[in-house]
Amino acid sequence: MNRAVLEHETLGYGAAPVLNDVSFAFAPGERIAILGSSGAGKSTLLTAIDQKLVASGERVGLLPQDLALVPQLSVVKNVLMGRLDDHGTLYNLTNLLRTRQADRARIMDILGDVGLTSHADCAVETLSGGQKQRTALARALLRGGDIFVGDEPFSAIDETQAAMLLKLVGTRFPTVVLVLHDVALSLSFATRILGLRHGRIEINAAPDAVTPEQINALYHT
Amino acid sequence: MRFIIPERLSGRQVVLGFLIAAVAVLPFADFAISGHDPAATIARMALGFLAPDFGAIEQIGRALLLTVMFAVAGVAIGATVGGILAPFYDHAGVRGVCIFVRSIHELFWALVLMQVLGIGAPTGVLAIALPYAGIFAKVFAEYLDEADQRPVRALPARTDALSRFFYARLPLVLPQIRTYVLYRLECGLRSSAVLGFIGLPTLGYQLDSFFRVGNYGAASAILIVYVALIASIRIWMRPVLVPVWIVAAFATLAFVPSPPMGPGALWRFLTVDIVPAPLRAGGNGAEFFGWLWDILSTQALPGIVATIICAQIALVLTGMIAMLGFGFLVPRVTGRAGRFTGHMGLVILRSIPEYMLAYLFLQGFGPSMLPAVLALGLHNGAIIAHLMGRQAEQLLPRLRPDAPGGITLLAYEMIPRLFGQFVALCLYRWEIILRETAVMGLLGVATLGFFVDAAVSELRIDRVVVLLIMGALLIALVDAFSRGLRRRLGARRLQWSATEGEGISTYSAAI
Repeated sequence: MNRAVLEHETLGYGAAPVLNDVSFAFAPGERIAILGSSGAGKSTLLTAIDQKLVASGERVGLLPQDLALVPQLSVVKNVLMGRLDDHGTLYNLTNLLRTRQADRARIMDILGDVGLTSHADCAVETLSGGQKQRTALARALLRGGDIFVGDEPFSAIDETQAAMLLKLVGTRFPTVVLVLHDVALSLSFATRILGLRHGRIEINAAPDAVTPEQINALYHT
Repeated sequence: MRFIIPERLSGRQVVLGFLIAAVAVLPFADFAISGHDPAATIARMALGFLAPDFGAIEQIGRALLLTVMFAVAGVAIGATVGGILAPFYDHAGVRGVCIFVRSIHELFWALVLMQVLGIGAPTGVLAIALPYAGIFAKVFAEYLDEADQRPVRALPARTDALSRFFYARLPLVLPQIRTYVLYRLECGLRSSAVLGFIGLPTLGYQLDSFFRVGNYGAASAILIVYVALIASIRIWMRPVLVPVWIVAAFATLAFVPSPPMGPGALWRFLTVDIVPAPLRAGGNGAEFFGWLWDILSTQALPGIVATIICAQIALVLTGMIAMLGFGFLVPRVTGRAGRFTGHMGLVILRSIPEYMLAYLFLQGFGPSMLPAVLALGLHNGAIIAHLMGRQAEQLLPRLRPDAPGGITLLAYEMIPRLFGQFVALCLYRWEIILRETAVMGLLGVATLGFFVDAAVSELRIDRVVVLLIMGALLIALVDAFSRGLRRRLGARRLQWSATEGEGISTYSAAI
């Protein structure tokens, strides 16, 4: 059963629209990859999808492009932030002072999955770009939910690692919507491709129904 | 004002404007030397200062200990209250209260608080904590506004407000807050020392006692230790020691004797003392306005005029001393010996509060605007010179390798580059100079504080309230004017390219 998220909407910042007349729906279990040249509106579309989903009460595991980590806090505490809405104020604040054993064990499991175990207690500001992306991924994984929304989540991580982490995301979230800079990875992972060009969705099809020429055309405006 | 002042101003135009203003008020300034045989007094003081006498170690130690304790307790309360208020600074009511409490000088607060609490620890601590809370709230709120807002937006939507604040807002500004509180503690040490001049058991009191008996050697010793204390603040005030210092401060101050005040002191203060005299006597509106007009025309106005005259001249002197002083700190302009002397001189002038410097000068020159202007110019000039010197040091490696040295370097490379910053710093200091000028009236200079002091000693607290409100209005007006000028200069924020901590402390030091 398809769930409609956006229906004939105009998206953009302020007065200038980036995308016109956009509709987006998904069926649970889909893995959707958004492609397009820079400035085509990929992040705009992803942000709109996330906001609509959250507003309708959906639990979303979000990995924004700017990561939005708190540099001064440790990896564990940044990951903890994925679930602040599951607990009361007192629980959260005491956890900030000293993370409970159960929460920490759970986070350490996830850090093991993303390969950050040895950096658990480092301040995020001391990490490399790739490590920061892993931290933000761990935060989304801890949050969990029905759908993962990620904006270039592995841009600072090498191909093999990225493929592994992407597989991990696929096993933890039933539905995945993301923007990847790696076209080949997108085609191998996704069950559906959304191609953006000229302010609208030009491609909306399964990867095997999309020709290399169509993809190429997205990047040559 | 928008109609008179053009939308854009150059630094040179602003400086010229202030020079003209200072020259214009100069004929009205009272620079008469009235001390009894000033030359002999100054010679005796100088001799004493060259031969510090640490014999009175017990009194010196006690005064310094209490100076530190009052500062720590006052700054701790101020920072706590300011920190609690900062997230709500957008609220007009909160902002209004903060502006009000910080527009009244610590010494004026102490004079008013004494009427209710007597001369004791609570008066001293609150006199620092109240204005500082207002300043902390404003500065912390600015830090929070300027911090990265993305982490808080990325939190799950239904996260509660307190968790949002402590996870995704506070950690981002904590390093800045730490630096700023340390800087404020330095200011607190100055405020606390000066509170001694109106009777609290801190440095000012002890210094005054030494002077009264002509013990200049002991006065010199206490000042030396005090300057060393401020210069070494980063060594003895470590983050891990903060709780220890705070506990020690409140424990020590608990032993400072407070005079017994009748239980009704606060009530009497609020319902009788501060009520305008004609209304207290059941008079009508006309009598009230007559009373008000009398205070405004015979006290507030002359006090404000004298304050402005004194402050404008002091501001120009500040600029001159800053320009002369900062060259001493720049390598390739002066040698190692020159730089060392420059740093020492500036550290001493920066550490000793302007009020205390004025007190020292007044011993020789007698109560006129001269000691006030000298003290304000030297202290504030030293602060600006120090900030510019640090900036110049950072500029140096980026200059072309064949840049000249000496005065030529200063004139061609440094001053043109730093001139905008210099003007902005002077404008920031303008408001501070005015506040300090007003309060120097307590020493006998005819500025606003002189009339406040007279009203306090006559126990006419209703007058004090009117005078303090007028003083606060003056400061608010000058603050707005200064902000307008800075905007026209395109220098609303100081753009220091230094490392983060340095940048903040320089920026903070300017405000």
